Amino acid sequence: MKKYAYYPGCSLEKIASSYHKSTLETTRVFDIEMQELDDWNCCGATTYFHVDGILAHTLVARNLALAEKEGLDLVAPCSACYKNAYFTNSLFRKDPDLAEHINFALEEDDLQFNGKIDVFHLIEIFANEVGPEKLKEKVTNPLKGLNIAPYYGCQIVRPRKNGEEVENPQYFEELIEATGANSSYFPERLRCCGGSLIMTNRVAALSMIRILLESAEKNGADVIATACPMCQVNLECYQNAVNEEFGTSFHLPILYFTQLIGIALGISPKKLGFGIEMVSAKPIFKKLLSKEAN
Amino acid sequence: MASKPSFSDEISNLLYAAKGSPINACIQCGTCSGTCPVANYMDQTPRRLIGMINSDLKDDVLDCNTYWFCASCYHCTVRCPADIDIAGVMYAVKRYSIWNKTYSEDLVGPTFSEAWVKMIVRSGRSYEPILAPTYMFQLGRKEFFQEAFNASKMVLKGKIPVLPPRIKRLDNFKKMIRRIIPLGESS
Repeated sequence: MKKYAYYPGCSLEKIASSYHKSTLETTRVFDIEMQELDDWNCCGATTYFHVDGILAHTLVARNLALAEKEGLDLVAPCSACYKNAYFTNSLFRKDPDLAEHINFALEEDDLQFNGKIDVFHLIEIFANEVGPEKLKEKVTNPLKGLNIAPYYGCQIVRPRKNGEEVENPQYFEELIEATGANSSYFPERLRCCGGSLIMTNRVAALSMIRILLESAEKNGADVIATACPMCQVNLECYQNAVNEEFGTSFHLPILYFTQLIGIALGISPKKLGFGIEMVSAKPIFKKLLSKEAN
Repeated sequence: MASKPSFSDEISNLLYAAKGSPINACIQCGTCSGTCPVANYMDQTPRRLIGMINSDLKDDVLDCNTYWFCASCYHCTVRCPADIDIAGVMYAVKRYSIWNKTYSEDLVGPTFSEAWVKMIVRSGRSYEPILAPTYMFQLGRKEFFQEAFNASKMVLKGKIPVLPPRIKRLDNFKKMIRRIIPLGESS
């Protein structure tokens, strides 16, 4: 059994509780243990970095140090948490001056960080460690006929890490196909959802969300799959506000990719955190059931 | 005698992560502006902002909303043919404007960021309802009610916790932060 230090991040405690539940349920199927970090702190999303760079890296490094103490690599399901953890980790390794500042501060919590662990996003665990082939083998309830739009968003793809291709990733599509569903054409899949602009510049954010919903709907998606709580909240909880603002009539369920994988693995919807949707997921289940009947 | 650093030098120095090329490598091609999903809402496009920084047009740079409207999507950064971390530049100008209190009053971004950091310093965790006052009152009447309705629906669905979470070793955590930045003694 492979074990990781699991860093849920603030969103997964409540607003994205379905992501949390479905993560634990689906990884278990592949003998992956997610051991939650003890006493983790907020990673700061993008906002600490607006105020002070070294402070932001130190707060992120506290979580990295907690994982290193357990001797485990860190996995974050939230794209913003992941981006922060990944880049603080890689900067720490390259910049001894930053490392010294960080460790000087960490002393106060009896911690030390040495840059000895790796950081992964949850979707990387599914794409690389599990892989589409192994996922396919475990599918008991193929999502036949369901059109799923793979929404990458920003921070799992960007910034670039090691010169890799960032304009045309395919791993999300491959995971969707492995569940038996169709990966729906989604030209705006790498476009930003607006992130925290929904709070600081509502007009801009709503129009950004509209573009994404339009792109998915126009291409026949039944549901958008996300890998980030911020994207999920923007696309789902503000769908009504988009409709009011632009006179549109979107009604597109927005689910975490782990929830969709979970259904394909035959896990009960309740265990996957279904039931708190602001845009009902019922049409998806209806569609899956009607296909089964045929 | 050392001369006072120019504005463009100051911003370069704030570009903490020494990744990519310096700002003055910009060739003004406009790939960033063409890529930016928020460009339509900015006073100045990212290309123009970088040109203005390189020309030391300090007041004009600080007066515009461009950098506070950056959503940190990094699309400009990965496409820049001169390899400038443009999203990083936006962060640098944000920091400059926060530390020097030069941002324009009608922006929500800076107050929101400051409230966020204060919240983390107090509890170690984020909790949305604490942040609401920083942006709710800037909304129009219709948007205010839309937001309030949305929030109450989220509470009913159990998406927002009733009590703010906090970390266990909070005292150590605060001492750790004090080693990086001074905190007001009241905290």
